[in-house]
Amino acid sequence: MKVQFTSISKSFGATHVLEDINLDVNQGEFVCILGPSGCGKSTLLNIVGGFIQPDGGDVTIDGERVTGPDPRRIFVFQERGVFPWLTVEQNIGFGLFKLSAAEQRERIAHYVNLVGLKGFERSYPRELSGGMKQRLEVARALAVDPDVLYLDEPFGALDSITRLQMRRELLRIWEAEKKTILFVTHDIEESVQLADRVVVLSARPGRVRRIVTIDIAHPRDLSDPRYIKRRDEIFGEIGLAHKV
Amino acid sequence: MRTKSKRAEGRGQSAEAASFRPQPSALGPLVEKVALPLLVAAMVIVLWHFAVRFTETKIFPSPLAVAKGIGQLASRNLLWSYIADSLLRVGCGYLAAVILGIPFGLLLGSSAKLASATNPLIQMMRPISPLAWMPLAVIWFGVSNLAPIFLIFLASFFPIVVAAMNGVRNVPPMYVQAGRNFGLSKRALITRVIFPAVLPRILVGLRIAFGVAWLVLVAAEMIAVDSGLGYLIIDARNAGRRYDLVVGGMLLIGVIGLALDTLIRRAERLKVVRWAFSD
Repeated sequence: MKVQFTSISKSFGATHVLEDINLDVNQGEFVCILGPSGCGKSTLLNIVGGFIQPDGGDVTIDGERVTGPDPRRIFVFQERGVFPWLTVEQNIGFGLFKLSAAEQRERIAHYVNLVGLKGFERSYPRELSGGMKQRLEVARALAVDPDVLYLDEPFGALDSITRLQMRRELLRIWEAEKKTILFVTHDIEESVQLADRVVVLSARPGRVRRIVTIDIAHPRDLSDPRYIKRRDEIFGEIGLAHKV
Repeated sequence: MRTKSKRAEGRGQSAEAASFRPQPSALGPLVEKVALPLLVAAMVIVLWHFAVRFTETKIFPSPLAVAKGIGQLASRNLLWSYIADSLLRVGCGYLAAVILGIPFGLLLGSSAKLASATNPLIQMMRPISPLAWMPLAVIWFGVSNLAPIFLIFLASFFPIVVAAMNGVRNVPPMYVQAGRNFGLSKRALITRVIFPAVLPRILVGLRIAFGVAWLVLVAAEMIAVDSGLGYLIIDARNAGRRYDLVVGGMLLIGVIGLALDTLIRRAERLKVVRWAFSD
């Protein structure tokens, strides 16, 4: 067991956001937390990230209670989280201050390559497209070699074509780097394309409605009947018929 | 193959972005930025010259008279010493405001409680013209350079404090969160995240503050001192109604103010802040 949520609850003033969340995430697993907006899924991610304290219950990682943010677990925001005053290589090197200069250079070069930003090392974020900025943020997170990545609707601001490419890239990186990933999204298709398991949260206050295991190997064929079956299961669970 | 396609993507983006920028004029930048403004200035001077001729005014000087007046000052070496004195006073008052105002503003911005506790007081002090402090300045500092320096300090202090304070309060929480996530110490968080994030706003505050400081110069030099461009204007009127020197002093203040403002604007192109300013 890598990450363990035990009866997490959280309120902001009178607003009850999360109620009795229990969830176990395995080492190396890709888990999507799916729910309608305002269901508290981002709050849940902020709790496991150590940025918000729960009112009740606790989160343990490798058996150790989470009390604050930790460089072993990195949070990735939408692309706006990169530092605009730093270049691509400076952003990737941001968390590497404990390494020697030579090690820093090596790591930076490795992750520039991994996320396909070669040739843009000296560029500033404003010179990059949205998808490139997002890859940069993922590279900055990976560079410190964390065991867990938290992604909070990371592709929400991208256009649908870039989003699809980014999912493929993320899966490639996940398979190469063997990280545990907790990925928050409100996009059903996205969750079924990416996750080993999809945790479906209810509307506020967020509770775990159901956990759907997506037992399809990557790369997933989006017209595979098994893919469609899982997707429709979740559509049904959320109470949506996918007709527009 | 991958890198190549990424590069193409990057180029495509910047080309797209470029098309939304105002198109460079067909005249070329030199004509647009230098020649045309000079032409307009020349036209105004010509207009001014004929206006003075036709109205036969005895008070308002012609451009030629103003130029002669300035030349006279220059030949008596007064011009340079006046300019130097004014620059020194503005420089001292402004520098003191920068040195005290930035840390003070950063401190106020770093705590919501501190900011809301002091903000009403700061907002109340701001609309009081620095000139209202003149009588007190004279009593406190007597006949010395300190009185105008104090007024210029007051004028530039508050805009800098407010800019630094609001700058800190408006740093996107995401940057701070990311900084903490990567395990930065409190000190590193300030130097590596908060300060660079606030710097562009501070720079804007510095520019506004400088404008106010230069604006106050004339009034500040009306008291306690007997040199400087502000003094020149008052003295020229009082001692012999030399309106050519009054207007000359005005023009000098305008031209030097413009030059210094341009210099500060140049700072917006520095690498550390360029990200926040569009080209």
